[in-house]
Amino acid sequence: MESLITFFNEDSNLLLIYLLLFTIILGFEVISKVPTVLHTPLMSGANAISGVVIIGAIFLIRQSGPEDYLMLGLGFLGVVLGMVNVAGGFAVTDRMLEMFKKKKR
Amino acid sequence: MLLEFIINIAYLAGSLAFVWGLRLLSSPDTARKGNIVAGSGMVIAILAALFQPIEGASNNYLWIAGALAVGAAIGLVSAKKVQMTAMPQMVSIFNGLGGACAVVLAYAELFPFYEGSKPLDLAGLSIVLSALLIGGVSFTGSLLAYGKLQGLVNDSQVALPRHSAINLALLAVTLGLGIYLAAAGSSGSLALGSLFMALSLIYGFSFVAPIGGADMPVVISLLNSFTGLSAAVTGLIYGSQFMLVGGILVGASGTILTVLMCDAMNRSLLNVLIGGFGGGGSSSAAGQADGLVAKEVSLNDAAIQLFYASSAIIVPGYGLAVAQAQKVCKEVDELLEKNGVEVRYAIHPVAGRMPGHMNVLLAEADVPYPKLLDLEEANAALKDTDIVVIVGANDVVNPAADDDPGSPIYGMPVLKVWDAKNVIVLKRSMSPGYAGIQNPLFFHDKTRMLFGDAKDSLAKLAGEIKSL
Repeated sequence: MESLITFFNEDSNLLLIYLLLFTIILGFEVISKVPTVLHTPLMSGANAISGVVIIGAIFLIRQSGPEDYLMLGLGFLGVVLGMVNVAGGFAVTDRMLEMFKKKKR
Repeated sequence: MLLEFIINIAYLAGSLAFVWGLRLLSSPDTARKGNIVAGSGMVIAILAALFQPIEGASNNYLWIAGALAVGAAIGLVSAKKVQMTAMPQMVSIFNGLGGACAVVLAYAELFPFYEGSKPLDLAGLSIVLSALLIGGVSFTGSLLAYGKLQGLVNDSQVALPRHSAINLALLAVTLGLGIYLAAAGSSGSLALGSLFMALSLIYGFSFVAPIGGADMPVVISLLNSFTGLSAAVTGLIYGSQFMLVGGILVGASGTILTVLMCDAMNRSLLNVLIGGFGGGGSSSAAGQADGLVAKEVSLNDAAIQLFYASSAIIVPGYGLAVAQAQKVCKEVDELLEKNGVEVRYAIHPVAGRMPGHMNVLLAEADVPYPKLLDLEEANAALKDTDIVVIVGANDVVNPAADDDPGSPIYGMPVLKVWDAKNVIVLKRSMSPGYAGIQNPLFFHDKTRMLFGDAKDSLAKLAGEIKSL
């Protein structure tokens, strides 16, 4: 309990909690406006956004020692996985949305 | 100083780009721009992560560049090659990779922690363990979903008897070990941490194993939200607000879609996860087939009926995707429109294997989206429709959901195609759909069956209509 109180009393943690709550509300607001027609592109676009984990993987490589091959290897794996998700996700979403757009006529 | 300022602004801009991009997805006209905006946000953030000053870091830029190049090449090539009908698989596998990345990052935190070179408090350790768990479940779960959708894995091969009990036990053990590790702090060991990771991975697999077929849209949405959560939690490990925002947005999107899909089937999430279909209900439903004969229709008759109708509604289902029949379908549509038949499409929210699956296929075939009716619009329009053509849909047009309290899908909102004057069902054979639920629609007075591969049948139908 005490550690919980100290956690909440620290300003930076409190700000993080504010950020968390407002982002959740904002996310639900924005995404509930996406029409059914676009649910698949929404999903694959959101998927690409979940590739933000790549940022962490980049930090991991940058912070590893130049000889620390275990960490470098894990970081490399992380960046590859994240990048496939990011590049593939946005590209495939673009391909889908292109099809929706050309029907405007 | 200045560099740090620019980096911070860049992350902020990246986060805003995500929100703005998702906002633009609210209309098909601006959606493509929205995706580009969100993508730019990601690029900005990756650049910021590359140049953010880190004290005493050895940077190892060569490793990063190599990994970025490999990842981008794999991602772009597979995005370009994938067929629109295979989109659910593609989304699943990409989704799994995000989860896998979170697992790798969380696992990498455990090494220095148990070596004693990098202390973590209770909150920090809990965050790392949560990232391992959520990321692990989303990784192997998505992988299995991919296998199932791609047809590599059959539902019956992986589902065990009493699987929900096994899952519950497995989850309890995994959570128990996680709580123990969090409480034990540095007196835990890397071996136990690795065991926890292994259990998370096994649980992800086991959790998706009994769920299949028509429930796939729910699972994919749920896994999507897990990946988002794992990204957000990983953001906490690195103290990155940007990752937190991105992850939460994805989590929200996945959650909304999961709820929508469950609503569309009138089932609770728990019911889907435990696997409510099949079992007791199917035997009574199968009995209805006894003594009833489905009436077939000849190609010529079907073509004539369509040709002289004034309004037609096409109901696509997973069978359309399997047969890759979307373009031939559009061809039939055009032939009929030329002859003054009003052709529209009725899209059930869970038709296909992921949210919006049918919309993407029809978009690929160039069907204008104002022609697509959602469940409510379609049910209002069906009463005044001359003829309905069902292409590879089954459960979503099952009248048992409407009037047979004994049916396992009773209560699910369905397309009331039997309100129309005539129904033609394009189907490969009389075999029932997912989990063996018989469909009384096939024996309905108004229904005529046209057996064969959907693409083949539609092509022949187009030929017949042309010759009229």
